[in-house]
Amino acid sequence: MGSVTSSEREFINAWQRDFPLERRPFRRIASMVEETETEVMATVRDLIRRDVVSRLGAVVAPNTAGASTLAAMAVPPARLEEVAEIVSAEPAVNHNYEREHAFNLWFVVTASDAEELRATLDRIARTTGLPVIDLPLEQSYHIDLGFPI
Amino acid sequence: MTTRSSHTDDIDRRIIGATQGGLPLVREPYRAVAKDLGLDPEVVMARLQRMLERGVIRRIGVVPNHYALGVTANGMSVWDIPDDQVRSAGELVGALDFVSHCYHRPRRLPDWPYTLFAMVHGRDREEVERKVAEIAGLLGDKQSGHEVLYSTRILKKTGLRIAA
Repeated sequence: MGSVTSSEREFINAWQRDFPLERRPFRRIASMVEETETEVMATVRDLIRRDVVSRLGAVVAPNTAGASTLAAMAVPPARLEEVAEIVSAEPAVNHNYEREHAFNLWFVVTASDAEELRATLDRIARTTGLPVIDLPLEQSYHIDLGFPI
Repeated sequence: MTTRSSHTDDIDRRIIGATQGGLPLVREPYRAVAKDLGLDPEVVMARLQRMLERGVIRRIGVVPNHYALGVTANGMSVWDIPDDQVRSAGELVGALDFVSHCYHRPRRLPDWPYTLFAMVHGRDREEVERKVAEIAGLLGDKQSGHEVLYSTRILKKTGLRIAA
């Protein structure tokens, strides 16, 4: 497992949300953790450099801008690589996972509007000759605040 | 398919576009973003605040790379729950701190009977199974079947992007 010190773990858990929306956010954090602004910035840079943190930024809720859906396909195992490549090549596909199930390929499509979304799903079904089930979000029951690592 | 683009205007979308991939790690990150967009820093901060309040942006902060941190068992638990009970079930499950996403999605019979999705993370499958059992206990007879789908490979992952 990636090694983080206990203070780094604490820092990540504390700042997965509520990054200050003010002119000098790192200085605000510094005053709360009794470090200097420079030290806080160095900590974040280092966590990103080591790839234990992918970025410091905004996490956008799905379905608030444009149109998106979760789609699944039951791909014959012998065709998985080929089909996964076709799916991943679609620019509107931003997550594509292999999962252990008859429905073994799961991907998220985010398009600028419903037509582009439909066209992407249709193109994947046509190119692969396999049905795609479309499971759009109807309701979210979780305010994603980040979870303890 | 859900479209809610009316929640954001063009300036909001440009701000999201400029910040979702990561804020610049400088002393005044919002000023740097504002400068790139030709906006006032106060406008950038106020709009980010408003998008947070409306739920367009879920949070601003460090985004951990869970795989690098050893949280590698990612189990998508899916639950067959009658339509009229999905809401109460979703509220129960969504409140659990080990559930990172909890969504109601339509069933697609005959192949797919599940209506509630809850993403459960753990260091190994055993930990995920324990958490799924906890969810099953909470739901009691609200659910008439569930499965856990483990991811075996990430084939593509880019940050959620807004298509232009």
